[in-house]
Amino acid sequence: MRSWKLAKMSMVFAPRLAESAPTSHVGASWSPYDNNGGTCVAIAGADYCVIAADTRMSTGFSILTRDYSKIHHITEKCVLASSGFQADVRSLQKNLDARHQIYQHQHSKQMSCPAMAQLLSNTLYYKRFFPYYSFNVLGGLDNEGKGCVYTYDAVGSYERSGYSSQGSGQTLIMPVLDNQLKSASPLVLPPRESSTPLTESEAVDLIKDTFASAAERDIYTGDGVEIVIINKEGIRRETMALKRD
Amino acid sequence: MTKSSVIQVPPKGGFSFDLSRRNAMLQQQGAKLPKYRKTGTTIVGLVYKDGVILGADTRATEGEIVCDKNCEKIHYLAPNIYCCGAGTAADTENVTDMVSSQLALHRYATGRDSRVVTALTMIKTHLFRYQGHVSAALVLGGVDVTGPHLHAIYPHGSTDTLPFATMGSGSLAAMSVFESRYKENLTREEGMEIVSAAICAGIFNDLGSGSNVDLCIITKEGKEYLRNYQQPNPRSYTRSKGYDFMNGYTAVLSTQIRQLRQHVQVLEGDRMDEE
Repeated sequence: MRSWKLAKMSMVFAPRLAESAPTSHVGASWSPYDNNGGTCVAIAGADYCVIAADTRMSTGFSILTRDYSKIHHITEKCVLASSGFQADVRSLQKNLDARHQIYQHQHSKQMSCPAMAQLLSNTLYYKRFFPYYSFNVLGGLDNEGKGCVYTYDAVGSYERSGYSSQGSGQTLIMPVLDNQLKSASPLVLPPRESSTPLTESEAVDLIKDTFASAAERDIYTGDGVEIVIINKEGIRRETMALKRD
Repeated sequence: MTKSSVIQVPPKGGFSFDLSRRNAMLQQQGAKLPKYRKTGTTIVGLVYKDGVILGADTRATEGEIVCDKNCEKIHYLAPNIYCCGAGTAADTENVTDMVSSQLALHRYATGRDSRVVTALTMIKTHLFRYQGHVSAALVLGGVDVTGPHLHAIYPHGSTDTLPFATMGSGSLAAMSVFESRYKENLTREEGMEIVSAAICAGIFNDLGSGSNVDLCIITKEGKEYLRNYQQPNPRSYTRSKGYDFMNGYTAVLSTQIRQLRQHVQVLEGDRMDEE
């Protein structure tokens, strides 16, 4: 009897055991984003800049098209290559084009590459809480005619460097570029040149080889690579076929 | 006031799911499970006039990276039975190895050649017992005394008996080729051509499949395993300069040289008997 009463009391006073850990967040039934894959690379030289991107657009395990350009010419001296969600990339490109047009009306000249770099960063951060799913590499010639490459994350953090890669093949290509180009860290003092000592044709050769290697191991990279070379003569475009499997 | 006590009896048979519950709990706490090596894959089989032709691609993926550009997906079960495997690579390899051993023992016990339905039943009972956790999707084909047979086996243990079958992430691409071109009583050349075309459709249209085409043709006379029958994906470009790593490329911090000769004893002995 007594034991039964005690049991009853303990039931009243004993704290109710905490509910098992709060149920995990029910996943959204729909995502506004998709990843169309692809890889972008850029290398800056003393008086040139090479920007390249593969031409495959995919979704899930399927290929949407083998012939899609991820490269956009914003100004005469500045080219943007973006991988990620191509609908957001297209929207971002149109946004930058519009802003550039306004700049040209107001200042009677084209935007310089460093200026466009800053504009791109601000545009991306503006949508900090619903980002452009776009991984960008901006390449061109700066005001002194030297090659410059700017690399971004999805929300606008950017840095000028001698070379960069973004996209699904980034982790495959970056170590090879680090090994072959050995650009100084921006933290090294005194500050060293951030451009790389390869000639233009050597840089193009390296890019073709790195894309061929990335296409071997990354399923989202392949079909073809589009290479844009900017130097004081102007802008030139080359293409090369990649594995289609 | 007898407390009703529940006596914990250890489960007598079947699969214990304790570790599955532990994994789910760990995942909820944020631990990342290791990625399985899957075979993305396009595998196919078809029955032709004289027997069975099996085909497979050769790409193995770990997530979105290719981990093996030339793996073997057509597995040996018996001299007259082969099996293509899609799904988790460890599962397909171990299931086929296990059933191959069981079939060999069965052949010694019965004194007869293995039959395809024997392999089929052994595989499906194993997969059903594991309730789909053994993630193996197989295309089993062979020729025995009762004739040519082709089966598709699903991870949960169900099977289909078909004149032509495809499995894996590239199965839709391959099936579209089969459905438009298959007919009964194909010749050997026609059959090989259709199977290669189906695998190539998977290789070029599915990102989980790639590299080369493997074929295996089984007839009552015997089998022909054509490894890398087609190689439609050579490397597209190689740097002319090559990659050169001279001495001093990596900084050497310290050097220690030990003479191993002092520590090694050479013993003379009899040669092993050779069988």
